Amino acid sequence: MKHTLKPSQYAVLIAIMLTASVGDSLLSRGMEQVGHVDLHHLGLLWHALFNPFVDAGIVLLIGFFACYTTALSWADLTFLMPATAFGYVVIALLGRFWLHEQLSPSRWAGIALIVCAVGFVAGGPSRTEHPQLDQMDAGAGL
Amino acid sequence: MLSQQTIQIWSSILFVSALAVAGEVLIAAGMKQLGDLDNIRAQSGLLGAIRAVLTNARFVMGALCMALNFFAMLFALSIADLSLAAPAIASLTYIGNAIAAKVFLREKVDHRRWLATGFVAVGVALLAR
Repeated sequence: MKHTLKPSQYAVLIAIMLTASVGDSLLSRGMEQVGHVDLHHLGLLWHALFNPFVDAGIVLLIGFFACYTTALSWADLTFLMPATAFGYVVIALLGRFWLHEQLSPSRWAGIALIVCAVGFVAGGPSRTEHPQLDQMDAGAGL
Repeated sequence: MLSQQTIQIWSSILFVSALAVAGEVLIAAGMKQLGDLDNIRAQSGLLGAIRAVLTNARFVMGALCMALNFFAMLFALSIADLSLAAPAIASLTYIGNAIAAKVFLREKVDHRRWLATGFVAVGVALLAR
């Protein structure tokens, strides 16, 4: 049996791609405002919790972990890896089209490779079937 | 002959990657053991699903590995350049995940998934430069 995804499961995959990358970007933006944190100025970490960009970043990263954990309950780790890597592409494209940063040819090559990787796994099954193990797990869960 | 500093840098990069792989594979093993969370949520509600996840031993061990990974990453970044450590750790983690998923989780990693893993590892390294 080939595992196909439901629309809600595709939505979880898209959330994985977006939440990690946007969350990291927001944390980075917030910490730029907070300033350099080192061992002698750990109090700044407390100060960082009152920065709205840091707060929004933390919320999105918690959302990412929830979506990623949910996805691992119905998809293989090797199926999800390209989806998590696609977050790097989102960050690069946000930098190019939102912040108007220049992307070097090697970065465009990196984007192309990750997009191809997503295409490779998207056409295949999302989960490996282990009928005997599934039965044993179901039995153990009773 | 490799210098002691080079050996130290690459040891820390390998250690951080190994912790990340252990964390992700343990979390994946825990979630596979639990089964589809949507079904658990339908039966026991959202709180029931959260309780099932947080009381799964494999998930908890995986989360601990990820927490250790965070601090090990901070140490690695204190001795290695970000431009070397970030892409190296990301690429090694993706390759290690594919190998560990095949060996420990018995996932069917066919040629398409190996190709995707290789593309992701090289792509992430290129993007992080």
